[in-house]
Amino acid sequence: MAKPANTDPAEWVDRYGDYLFRYAMLRLRDRSTAEDLVQETFLAAFKDYGSFSGKSSESTWLVGILKHKIIDHFRRQSREAPLGEKDLREHPDPSSFDGSGHWTSGPADWGGNPADLYREKKFLDQLTKCLSGLSPNLANAFTLREIEGADTGEICKVLNVTETNLWVILHRARMLLRRCLEANWFEKSSKKGS
Amino acid sequence: MLSCKDVTQLISESMDASLPIGKRIGVRLHLLICKFCLRYERQLLLIRETARRLAAIEEPPILSAGELLSAEAKERIRESLANP
Repeated sequence: MAKPANTDPAEWVDRYGDYLFRYAMLRLRDRSTAEDLVQETFLAAFKDYGSFSGKSSESTWLVGILKHKIIDHFRRQSREAPLGEKDLREHPDPSSFDGSGHWTSGPADWGGNPADLYREKKFLDQLTKCLSGLSPNLANAFTLREIEGADTGEICKVLNVTETNLWVILHRARMLLRRCLEANWFEKSSKKGS
Repeated sequence: MLSCKDVTQLISESMDASLPIGKRIGVRLHLLICKFCLRYERQLLLIRETARRLAAIEEPPILSAGELLSAEAKERIRESLANP
């Protein structure tokens, strides 16, 4: 079978290590877990090299393996720490609404057109920090849905929740994350600007 | 009448599934008159857009040491590949 020339597994670590690590960090937010899963990915790839068809690039193949490892990790986490009743019933941000359900102080104006946020390194750091502040189930649901773009049926299977519960989880995650970004990014950057 | 609290929940839900027609109309009418909920929706969509773009770019713009695999981890992985 024809394979590309650059297939020496000993070179993989230098060639793809940082890329895979960043991929894992964006989704896991934990250094040691990310390092472990990257290591497992290389080992699995090494043992399973025969199945690499060369149809996709090596990096795409490796990312595919890593992605499965990350999803397995999420599955394990949700088994070990399933969602509590309280997580589902309490409102995520009660102080933002009054007794009749109106905003007490509504979302702030985030200014201009911040569409280029994804290019800003500091914003990425802040997003990661805010996500780390959520409970693992919330952060993992958000990651699968908004970063990975997975469909809800798939996420329900990974996190072992019903679709109705997943909506609640995502609502909580989005609301808390929005509030955290507003407090730590948008308000600070608007003060810097003025 | 839907409250802002209800509408924020439905906005999130509408990002994952299509709402039944009655709720969909209720949310749209509410957004016509409520600038905070409209803002809330736009911000959630901006966060989604940003997250997906982050996932789609191959090479993040700026790298710091914290985003690289540490030298120790690289060494460990090389060793484990040499003795699988």
